[in-house]
Amino acid sequence: MATLALLQARSLAVGNEYYFRNSIVDSFRNKENDAAVKIQSWFRGCQVRAYIRHLHRTVTIIQKWWRSFLGRKQYQLTVQVARYTIMMNLYSAMAVRIQRRWRGYRVRKYVFNYYYFKEYLRVVSETNDAIRKALEEFAEMKEREEKKANLDREEEKRDYQARKMHYLLSTKQIPGIYNSPFRKEPDPWELQLQKAKPLTHHRPKVKQKDSTSLTDWLACTSTRSFPRSEILPPINRKKCQGPFRGITEVLKQRYKPLEPTLRVAEPINELKLAREELRRKEWLRNVNDNMFLPFSSYHKNKKYLPSMHLSSKYSPTSHKEQFRSENPKKWICDKDFQTVLPSFELFSKYGKLYSKAGQIV
Amino acid sequence: MSQRQVLQVFEQYQKARTQFVQMVAELATRPQNIETLQNAGVMSLLRPLLLDVVPTIQQTAALALGRLANYNDDLAEAVVKGDILPQLVYSLAEQNRFYKKAAAFVLRAVGKHSPQLAQAIVDCGALDTLVICLEDFDPGVKEAAAWALGYIARHNAELSQAVVDAGAVPLLVLCIQEPEIALKRIAASALSDIAKHSPELAQTVVDAGAVAHLAQMILNPDAKLKHQVLSALSQVAKHSVDLAEMVVEAEIFPVVLTCLKDKDEYVKKNASTLIREIAKHTPELSQLVVNAGGVAAVIDCIGSCKGNTRLPGIMMLGYIAAHSENLAMAVIISKGVPQLSVCLSEEPEDHIKAAAAWALGQIGRHTPEHARAVAVTNTLPVLLSLYMSTESSEDLQVKSKKAIKNILQKCTYLPALEPFLYDAPPNILKHVVGQFSKVLPHDSKARRLFVTSGGLKKVQEIKAEPGSLLQDYINCINNCYPEEIVRYYSPGYSDILLQRVDSYQPLIN
Repeated sequence: MATLALLQARSLAVGNEYYFRNSIVDSFRNKENDAAVKIQSWFRGCQVRAYIRHLHRTVTIIQKWWRSFLGRKQYQLTVQVARYTIMMNLYSAMAVRIQRRWRGYRVRKYVFNYYYFKEYLRVVSETNDAIRKALEEFAEMKEREEKKANLDREEEKRDYQARKMHYLLSTKQIPGIYNSPFRKEPDPWELQLQKAKPLTHHRPKVKQKDSTSLTDWLACTSTRSFPRSEILPPINRKKCQGPFRGITEVLKQRYKPLEPTLRVAEPINELKLAREELRRKEWLRNVNDNMFLPFSSYHKNKKYLPSMHLSSKYSPTSHKEQFRSENPKKWICDKDFQTVLPSFELFSKYGKLYSKAGQIV
Repeated sequence: MSQRQVLQVFEQYQKARTQFVQMVAELATRPQNIETLQNAGVMSLLRPLLLDVVPTIQQTAALALGRLANYNDDLAEAVVKGDILPQLVYSLAEQNRFYKKAAAFVLRAVGKHSPQLAQAIVDCGALDTLVICLEDFDPGVKEAAAWALGYIARHNAELSQAVVDAGAVPLLVLCIQEPEIALKRIAASALSDIAKHSPELAQTVVDAGAVAHLAQMILNPDAKLKHQVLSALSQVAKHSVDLAEMVVEAEIFPVVLTCLKDKDEYVKKNASTLIREIAKHTPELSQLVVNAGGVAAVIDCIGSCKGNTRLPGIMMLGYIAAHSENLAMAVIISKGVPQLSVCLSEEPEDHIKAAAAWALGQIGRHTPEHARAVAVTNTLPVLLSLYMSTESSEDLQVKSKKAIKNILQKCTYLPALEPFLYDAPPNILKHVVGQFSKVLPHDSKARRLFVTSGGLKKVQEIKAEPGSLLQDYINCINNCYPEEIVRYYSPGYSDILLQRVDSYQPLIN
């Protein structure tokens, strides 16, 4: 029991001791725990930091490479753009040069061409001069014509006056008023009167009936030919005094048709013409112009050989003539002698040999 | 026997009527008798004689009526009021050619006085009968009908339209081709009267093929015919570009230039009118005229005429120069400017002077070269004097002022500008000084000349408000010269110098 009381007395202290030792150990344990935690946390922190540092380093490398890649791409684009700009500027500069030249040329040539304009003005002034000259000539010509017309009119008037006053002409017996003997030479009117034809009295004009037919239009109707109208124009002339023939006789004589002799009427190379005529008539009758060939085809390829008579250049009758030597260089004109057959004089007097006394031949 | 006596009575009456009507017709030729005749009531007596049985009396009565109506418009109105016209128109259709001529003469005499009388003629249906007369064989009848139609169409566009609607134009064109000169003249004059009112009427005339025939007739030597033909062509050409081109296509150039040398004044006038009407429409037509040498011919024509005959030629030059500067240069090298300045100085009439001033303004306004060409001939002082003179009409003043302004704005020929410094009014002076201020900074010789001729002195004397355009110009001119010279020429400088002499203390050694 003592031990028990001792133990119970100590138990309180044991309790306290126990508690005390535990608390110390506890606090020591806490301290150690804290220290361990601290160490651990520090170490873990270092670990993590090292890890993060490593990560940073790798990320930096990746980013570096990525950014350099992007930058290179961008650089390419920039270079392209810059090149493009430089080229466009170059082209624009070239284009401006071309346009400048072209615009200058266009303005000088088409809008205001100085040389063309100068030339145009020169041409205009030349035209003006030409026109002025032409107009002056025209005006001069008109004046001349007018003057001439005036002169002609005056001339006509004077002539008419002279014709009216023709009876004032001087005769051998009595000198006229314009031919006074006291003058040295006669007045110019005197000469005018001499030239003038006296005026005839006006007779009432008989209306002519124009009954000319178509053939008269076609035939020659000049004054020298025989008048072809059926009705002769009335003869207004008074019969002149004196031994004159009647007017019908005179007209018949005047308008007698030509009666050529046979020698004149026939052409001189009549023989040749007649031969030609004959040949022409025969040629008309031919159906074919080719020479007549025999029928057989054997002779088709053969050329026709004319006979000796036809193949010579001398005509069949020419052997009767002398064969003359021809020397064309000695000819005066370029024609050879011709065969000429003149007409007979005897035949020309056919029907006219007997005299027709009293009648007009 | 009694039958003979009865017939004798009738014969006497007929003789009396014939004699009366012939005497009246003869008396009506003299103007002094007409009043007396009118007072004696000749109208009412002549009217029944128009319906007489005997044709000669009818014709002579119509002739007498025509002569009376020709004299003045009261009588013409009396003819209209007396209801004579319907009778005339009715018998026109039926009678012989002498009557037709006389009746057409009456219609013409009535229609020429005023539009109302012409309208009265149209209202009674005379146009159709007149057109039928145009188809007649006798040239005298055609002439009388054409004349009447021409006089009716002359007044205004409606009457012309009525004439055209009656179908007169193709017949008139046929009349032009007839050989008689008088008929050609009248037909050409009628066509001219029809075409002058409006472009549509002119187009109708052209459509009938008149232009070719008219163009051929320019060559005819008869002066009156040429005058009418040229007038007709100019009336056609004046309305529009197309019509002018049609006239030109009828190949009138260069034949028309020979008409400018004709002796007759009217032919010259009408020829230059025609060329003017053609040239005024477009630059191309003016170019055509210039290329054909028309400018030289017109300038010669201006030189040889006097008075109103010159006016179309002057206007033509103005129109041509107005189109473009090349054409103005062409006018200058054809020696147009001296001629125009001669016209400006020697013509007495104001409207011709105004036209010449306008033409000179048109020539000189394009470039300095043109202005120089105008200024060299010393026309600017003349223009200035016309502008300043109180006797000139307002139109002349306005035109000369415009011309001066236009020329001055381009003029760099200083010797011509200098006189202007002295006697120009302020509004023109401004332009003159402006021109000087433009030229002087660049030309040293001109500067020297300006000083020696006293121009600088004059410029200093000009009083201008500070800040105005004139002051700017004066400053600009003063800047061209060194300070001393400007001071030397400033007004009152001699006084300043003398004052300095007065206040000067001489150096006493």
